[in-house]
Amino acid sequence: MSDHERKYWLDDRKNVNKIIYGLCTVCAVVALIDLFPYKHHLHFRFEYWPGFSSLYGFIACFGLVLAAKQLRKIVMRDEDYYG
Amino acid sequence: MVDVLPPGLILILGGLLIPLLRGRAQAIAAVVLPVLGFAQLLMLGPGSFFHVQLFDYQLTVVRVDRLSLVFGYIFHIAAFLTAVYALHVRDTVQHCSAMVYVGSAVGAVFAGDLVTLFIYWELTAVASVFLIWASRTERAYRAGMRYLIIQVGSGVVLLAGIILHVSATGSLDFGRLIGGDGLLRSASIGVVLIFAAFGIKCAFPLLHPWLQDSYPESTPTGTVFLSIFTTKLAVYALARGFAGTDCLIWIGAAMTAFPIFYAVIENDLRRVLTYSLNNQLGFMVVGIGIGTHMALNGAVSYAFANIIFEGLLFMAMGAVLLRTGTCKGSELGGLYKSMPLTTSFCIVGAASISAFPFLSGFVTKSLILDETASGGHTVAWLVLLFASAGVFHHSGIKIPFFAFFAHDAGFRVKEAPRPMLIAMATMALGCVVIGVFPGLLYSILPFSLDYHPYTTTHVVTQYQLLLFSALAFTVLKVTGIYPAEMRSVNLDVDWIYRKALPALIRWIAKLGGRIGERLHALVSAQLDNTYRVIYSLHGPTGVFARTWTTGAIAFWAVVGLFGFLLLYLWGR
Repeated sequence: MSDHERKYWLDDRKNVNKIIYGLCTVCAVVALIDLFPYKHHLHFRFEYWPGFSSLYGFIACFGLVLAAKQLRKIVMRDEDYYG
Repeated sequence: MVDVLPPGLILILGGLLIPLLRGRAQAIAAVVLPVLGFAQLLMLGPGSFFHVQLFDYQLTVVRVDRLSLVFGYIFHIAAFLTAVYALHVRDTVQHCSAMVYVGSAVGAVFAGDLVTLFIYWELTAVASVFLIWASRTERAYRAGMRYLIIQVGSGVVLLAGIILHVSATGSLDFGRLIGGDGLLRSASIGVVLIFAAFGIKCAFPLLHPWLQDSYPESTPTGTVFLSIFTTKLAVYALARGFAGTDCLIWIGAAMTAFPIFYAVIENDLRRVLTYSLNNQLGFMVVGIGIGTHMALNGAVSYAFANIIFEGLLFMAMGAVLLRTGTCKGSELGGLYKSMPLTTSFCIVGAASISAFPFLSGFVTKSLILDETASGGHTVAWLVLLFASAGVFHHSGIKIPFFAFFAHDAGFRVKEAPRPMLIAMATMALGCVVIGVFPGLLYSILPFSLDYHPYTTTHVVTQYQLLLFSALAFTVLKVTGIYPAEMRSVNLDVDWIYRKALPALIRWIAKLGGRIGERLHALVSAQLDNTYRVIYSLHGPTGVFARTWTTGAIAFWAVVGLFGFLLLYLWGR
């Protein structure tokens, strides 16, 4: 990498933080929509609970990664394990 | 035209003629052939053609209906775009085998009877293995051998099933094979074997490891071809023969869920995509298992959309591999600086596979999820929802993030070659067009469909699911909980035949050797004993070798005669 290389927008940590805050804001907005009674024609009663989809998405991904980390302890081997 | 040349044969015969061409002409021929094949499809009307007599049976080599046509269309479109993507490749083996492979997949989709299906089924296996071997490495050679054994094995199981099925029913027709009750346990053994053969090719749980083992070993362009045809052919075959088979709902749900755990910890990004492919097939399998017209439309449309966005993701990773020489998450990062266009196309593919509204994944996957819910399959629906969030996590975020963003690995490479960019741009455009105008795809599905994916409820809940998945990723990454990409290999079911079985065989051989030694020692000891006894009796000093005197013989003769006399008198 040359020292004179152009700086990219994402190279600045502050800009990365801006994206993170942006995501948090958008998440807050879409979650708060649940305060309005907009849900129709859903199949299960629990789908009408406020925050169901948001929480499900968050917990699913969080749990997925934690479980996968545990899985690594069991199945991870050295790269040339199979020779 | 169809009476002269069945669909797929243009590609197969054309592919076999490719070696006669030289250099760039080969790659151009591979682009032209799918166009010719597609033109032929457009002329096809529904019906059965090309009847051939085989002993007492009549083969229907070509059967055209709406189900086979959808797959025919997308196979040709995907073959064309992948051939464009591979325009820079100068390798006779790859161009030739890719066209024969695509042609046999097309032929299988239009096969009206089980024997024709079997022939094309095996041909896809044999033709496609050359795409893996085209990497020309020891690893690829061995992975290709394993792939070939399993694929041909699936064909052998299929053949056994066909023979049993035909001898039981007398019918070669490839139509619905499962009974009206949709239960596999009440089906004949032949049908169960056919189901298993389809299951191997469709990468059902535990039958899946060939997929993750072999596809990432192929060339950058070969993997794209592979990712499209074999598994979707299996999806087609299941939709044709096993729609409404109850157990498929559970098999499919398991398929959507378990590969995503592996996808999170896998380092090779093309292998991550094979886990993702496995998960995507699960959604289609659930749709087929539910078996209603809407669910089948969902499965077929999802296969259609998936071929485009999954192909696009494989293309993006292929471009990365071509330019950087690696596809490992631990070695990549920051590529958006040197490959901005590939990055953008990859993001479109990633967003599509995650089913973001206004992209192709959303308008097709919803059909399956809605039918799962309205069928009352609560647990399966929750699993699918979990898997949907998981897909976004590993394909939607992980793939673009670790390849193009994350920490800058310092690669300063050229953007992907122009043909690759054109192919990826077209694929990305396809994702958007289907997402914005879903009616275009809905109109060619097997059954008529009146479905409106863009309701407020649907769009908002989908955004909630996806954005909060992204938030979870961000939290995990910022807090350092997220597992780092590491150079490693993760044990999967293939461990059984790559490590355990060979070890077992070595152990048995060793044990057998030891048992043999023992047996040998035991037998020789027994033989020694016997020999010793015989020797003691018959040897030079043995009792049977002694010479007897005449007097002694006369004496024993008299004793004998006297004994006989006594017995004689006693008997009177």
